[in-house]
Amino acid sequence: MSEYSPLWISIKTSITATVIVFFIGIYVAWFMASYKGRARGLLDGILTLPMVLPPTVVGFILLLIIGKNYPIGKLLSGFGINLIFTWFATVIAATVVAFPLMYRTCVGAFSQIDVNVINAARTLGVSEWKIFWKVAVPLAWPGIAAGTVLAFARALGEFGATIMIAGSIPGETQTIPIAIYFAVVAGETGNAIKWVILIFIISLTVMIVSDKWSQKQMFLVSSARRK
Amino acid sequence: MSLEVNITKKLPGFELKVDFKVDNDILGFLGASGSGKSMTLRCIAGIVTPDSGRIVLNGHVLFDSTSKINVPIRKRKVGFLFQNYALFPNMTVEQNIGFGLIKSMSKVEKDHRIKKKIIDLQLAGMEKRYPYQLSGGQQQRVALARALVVDPEILLLDEPFSALDEHLRNSMIVRLMEDLKEFKGTSIFVTHNMEEAYQLCNNIIIIAGGSIDAMGHKDAIFNNPPTLYSAKLTGCKNISKARKAAPNIIEAVDWGCRITFKCEIEGDITYIGIRAHYLEISEEYEAINTFNCWVVFTSEALFRIKVYLKFSEPIGDEKKYHIMWDISKEEWDLVKQNPLPLKIRINPEKVIQIK
Repeated sequence: MSEYSPLWISIKTSITATVIVFFIGIYVAWFMASYKGRARGLLDGILTLPMVLPPTVVGFILLLIIGKNYPIGKLLSGFGINLIFTWFATVIAATVVAFPLMYRTCVGAFSQIDVNVINAARTLGVSEWKIFWKVAVPLAWPGIAAGTVLAFARALGEFGATIMIAGSIPGETQTIPIAIYFAVVAGETGNAIKWVILIFIISLTVMIVSDKWSQKQMFLVSSARRK
Repeated sequence: MSLEVNITKKLPGFELKVDFKVDNDILGFLGASGSGKSMTLRCIAGIVTPDSGRIVLNGHVLFDSTSKINVPIRKRKVGFLFQNYALFPNMTVEQNIGFGLIKSMSKVEKDHRIKKKIIDLQLAGMEKRYPYQLSGGQQQRVALARALVVDPEILLLDEPFSALDEHLRNSMIVRLMEDLKEFKGTSIFVTHNMEEAYQLCNNIIIIAGGSIDAMGHKDAIFNNPPTLYSAKLTGCKNISKARKAAPNIIEAVDWGCRITFKCEIEGDITYIGIRAHYLEISEEYEAINTFNCWVVFTSEALFRIKVYLKFSEPIGDEKKYHIMWDISKEEWDLVKQNPLPLKIRINPEKVIQIK
């Protein structure tokens, strides 16, 4: 295992989690933005919960769900699938904690869209799928981009839930935040500082790139709203 | 080409209950804001689901509560022109127009159709512009082109002129009439402006508090509004409670005067009205249907003047009036030379009788 393995694991985990959160987040947000049913408050609460709960609680709940000694974990191990203390567990932990950030930001962005624009598209006979990708997502883009960046940042910084379900296996589940913790515990301050600087660089780069990326869309959307 | 609507829907504050049929026509929906006229359009388009009833367009059932039919918006073939036009801000004019054209259509055919609509609606040269780079009138034409390019069976226009500046409005109405000539189906035009409704439509439905107050040909509705509400909505400013005093005489209770008609009046009369510009000055004294009027106050507009009159001498600084007379300033300059009281004639042929 190379010395830089926590960097690659962190990047791989955050990117994978962000991609998952991106698609699930915008779909669920699109549904919830127009959902007016009775269970709205409850659903919204459940979807936001991982953001409010302490990460260790999230980790514990995940452990109850996918742990080897519990029903779902048992079922999965029956198929030869074991998730606990594997790289997949880091992805699961990062996805769950990052999801509410994406979801919340996107619900806000979608509910800003003029419903007449969406209804106009419907009267033209266009499918919901095309309306979603060609109208709703472009119009909500600044919000979606912001949500994606937040979700990525949260996934990158994830510690509590990860350590509970993925542990700290060097070269497999040890991400940068976990590496920092163990470096400090072991008294390796220099090592900890190295990882801290790295995480600074990654976070800043992502923020700057995404900002540039969403500027053109922001211009179109806001100019349409200005009148 | 026909549309049958018979629906009810409970809304906060009132219940929408409309029942009408329209055949290949431009139908006007006239009503105050919040009367349910836009809601009816939304029900026809499928944006809002009625509680019960039936909507049939050209033989296709779009909605039927008894047999649980509710065709989704995109399959209704309804063209909808929104009040704020609702263009896609992220697309150019040609992308906006072409957005509804189906995938299976060849690129050549698509381009041809888009081009035709761009020429029809005089949008040439703006193909690559975004909505925010267009004027209100141009945006409206893009929205119309976008709705018409997919060949809808009916066109619903929801207050299309309310977002436009006053000076643009008239030329846009004339233009819309031209554009609609090309369209072969039924159109329903919703407005709260009686001038617009009269200019654009043939038949008119007056809607109040969620139900149909009056319907008929526009001339019938405007010349002889059948209800008190329709009289007010079509701009009749002078209305009085009334009762029949004799077979051919109606007493205007609020005004305290009697109007004699040439022939007998059928049925009961509850109100009478006379439009403000139909009052006349009479030269002869003691002529029939001529009354002494005192000027209470006047209010000047740009070219015309509103003269508020009373059928008895006002006491002191009183601001109460009975009728309002709308005349041109030139005319008023002549009339005001006459000594008070003015001799005002109410022409019985112009009197609106409300049963």
